[in-house]
Amino acid sequence: MSAETTQSDLSTSTNANQGMEFSTDAYLDMDLLRFLTCGSVDDGKSTLIGRLLYDSKSIFEDQLEAAESASLSRGDERMNLALLTDGLRAEREQGITIDVAYRYFATPKRKFIIADCPGHVQYTRNMVTGASTANLALILIDARHGVIEQSRRHSFITSLLRIPHLVVCVNKMDLVDWSQETYEKIRTDFEEFAARFEINDITFIPMSALTGDNVVNRSDKMDWYQGPSLLHHLENVHIAGDRDMIDPRFPVQWVIRPQSDEHHDYRGYGGQVASGVFQKGDEIVALPSGMTSKIKSIDIGGSEIGFASPPQSVSIQLEDDIDISRGDMICRPNNQPNSGQNIDAMVVWMADQPMVVGKKYTIRHTSNEARCVVKDLRYRMDIETLHRIEDATDLKLNEIGRVSFRMTKPLFFDPYRQCRATGSFIIVDEQTNNTVGAAMIIGETSS
Amino acid sequence: MTQTAESNAHYKLTHLKALEAEAIHIMREVAAQFEKPALMFSGGKDSIVMVHLAKKAFRPAKFPFPLLHIDTGHNFPEALDFRDKLVSDLGERLIVHKVQDLIDKGIASEDPGPYPSRNRAQIPTLLDAIETYRFDALFGGARRDEEKARAKERIFSFRDDFGQWDPKNQRPELWNLYNGRHQMGENIRVFPISNWTEMDVWQYIMLENIEIPALYFSHERDVVTRMGQLVPVGDAPFGAREGEEPVRRTVRFRTVGDMSCTAATDSPAATLEDIVAEVAAARASERGARMDDKTNEAAMEDRKKEGYF
Repeated sequence: MSAETTQSDLSTSTNANQGMEFSTDAYLDMDLLRFLTCGSVDDGKSTLIGRLLYDSKSIFEDQLEAAESASLSRGDERMNLALLTDGLRAEREQGITIDVAYRYFATPKRKFIIADCPGHVQYTRNMVTGASTANLALILIDARHGVIEQSRRHSFITSLLRIPHLVVCVNKMDLVDWSQETYEKIRTDFEEFAARFEINDITFIPMSALTGDNVVNRSDKMDWYQGPSLLHHLENVHIAGDRDMIDPRFPVQWVIRPQSDEHHDYRGYGGQVASGVFQKGDEIVALPSGMTSKIKSIDIGGSEIGFASPPQSVSIQLEDDIDISRGDMICRPNNQPNSGQNIDAMVVWMADQPMVVGKKYTIRHTSNEARCVVKDLRYRMDIETLHRIEDATDLKLNEIGRVSFRMTKPLFFDPYRQCRATGSFIIVDEQTNNTVGAAMIIGETSS
Repeated sequence: MTQTAESNAHYKLTHLKALEAEAIHIMREVAAQFEKPALMFSGGKDSIVMVHLAKKAFRPAKFPFPLLHIDTGHNFPEALDFRDKLVSDLGERLIVHKVQDLIDKGIASEDPGPYPSRNRAQIPTLLDAIETYRFDALFGGARRDEEKARAKERIFSFRDDFGQWDPKNQRPELWNLYNGRHQMGENIRVFPISNWTEMDVWQYIMLENIEIPALYFSHERDVVTRMGQLVPVGDAPFGAREGEEPVRRTVRFRTVGDMSCTAATDSPAATLEDIVAEVAAARASERGARMDDKTNEAAMEDRKKEGYF
């Protein structure tokens, strides 16, 4: 069964927005959910995305027409929905998805950003890229094939990148006669191996993207399933708790100093709140200097606001004139991040040139830049079997391993499991300037 | 201390505020990582929103970069008036680089044909501006929802010293960590509103009460129907062609580009609220009104590879 579907298939599905009265106020109260889809063409991923976009009116007629005429000129018998999502010439010609594509749709409740990622192992780095900003991951499983190696790999990356919510879409239920037994078997298999990962919230949904069952509307063919449709789940999954509001961390990005008489006293520290909440009057400490002060005001573009929480970009003014510059971090005296030069991290390698032990690289961590040397590759992870290979000597493209680094200066960090923003860094090759690795901090290197 | 769902709900950020925060962060990152950035300003709504975001990122200080207008000479007069007023209210520096000057020097050339678009001639003009002013980063207001090649482009889009985009060799872009390192002569195009949709832009304009050119609102205008689209009729060379009869209609523009390649739509939408409701009900994409994208399936990808935004 191919992932293609006809336009008429789509058109007959009930429209998600039907009967919806457009309300300006409701739109202004929507929040944002970023989710990742991973899979290959055969999983029905394009059909699923096509249906979500079409049923939420996010595909326009001229885009449909363009995909339709492209399908015809390629000699496809039916409209190939993948042509809507595959944006590059090489992708259309080869019929594969190479890179992450970002798609957008909205319902009256939420705006969604889909990071649509290729599923094959040679595109692991692309999936990791899409996963780094996602709140939720959709993993597609073909009901006829059950849990396969690819499902395991995708779940591992979901857990490695700490995506808080996972939805397992057991797709193509129409091809297994809507069998509860098949679904339950897949669910049990998945739960068994997922127990090895730290994924807190897993939801299973039996569906058929082709027929639309349980995608937007509840299916009438699976009475035994009492849960929500996929879209209902996406609209209602609780994401407000995903952000850390307890541990205040503010990496300083840019110092705002107007050169004018009117504002000559203004000295604002611009940045994006990484975690926690900052309020006027809070006592703070600036790292690395250790100088303390109090927050005089918080503003955005000169307009004062009461408090700042993640992921807001604000400007903070302090009571005292202390020396703070880009790369420094503002936090609370009684709640400070770790500080260290010897750091262990899980690394996903992203370049054709392997990671070399003993080589120096530049890293970017929050608003900070430093240099580092790779001290040790503790182990490489076999992402098919999840075994640790202790005698590995290098990390090649798409490989994942635990690496010990020595930094040229201390980093102010939290473990990635506690805070994505202060627990992640990228590795940059100093010759090519390319981003060659993504690192998730475990903690200080233990001897 | 326990963290409750209720206390977190208090800090909930709407999607527009989340997108705004992301854009501000990107702009400050460029200011910090580059020597000579500039903000591409066309007078269209997306670049007007970009200017508004720059105010949020840098006020009460001045912008740490000038605005740059690549002037095709095919502007709507209303858009130019709006540009000049906005720049003078803003008190920021505007650099205008004209396609005509590059054509006169023989560096850019007009497309063949009787009614050429200057879309392609913008590319050498832009590259000349980069070389003349030694810009190493340029902000653009392009969005990923506009076109499928753009859906694949990074926020920091690396270009070689010919301004070319290599879609198969893009830098991985993770979390909110942007890598702006580059060699001399290379530059980066930066798209802070990549993740916004047309709807988000209109909602944001409404929410923030941002002033935009009157062209976007319903008005009476002489148009001709050409290739199924309502083409505005102006002074030469944008007059009616042989066999065309201008008709006065109530129209507005969903997108404002060159007069030679931007079509109007029939619309009674006279307020921002009307426009938002119209966009919500629209069944054709915004770039459907751009004749320049219709040349072939990969028109945008090909132009980007040559150095286009």
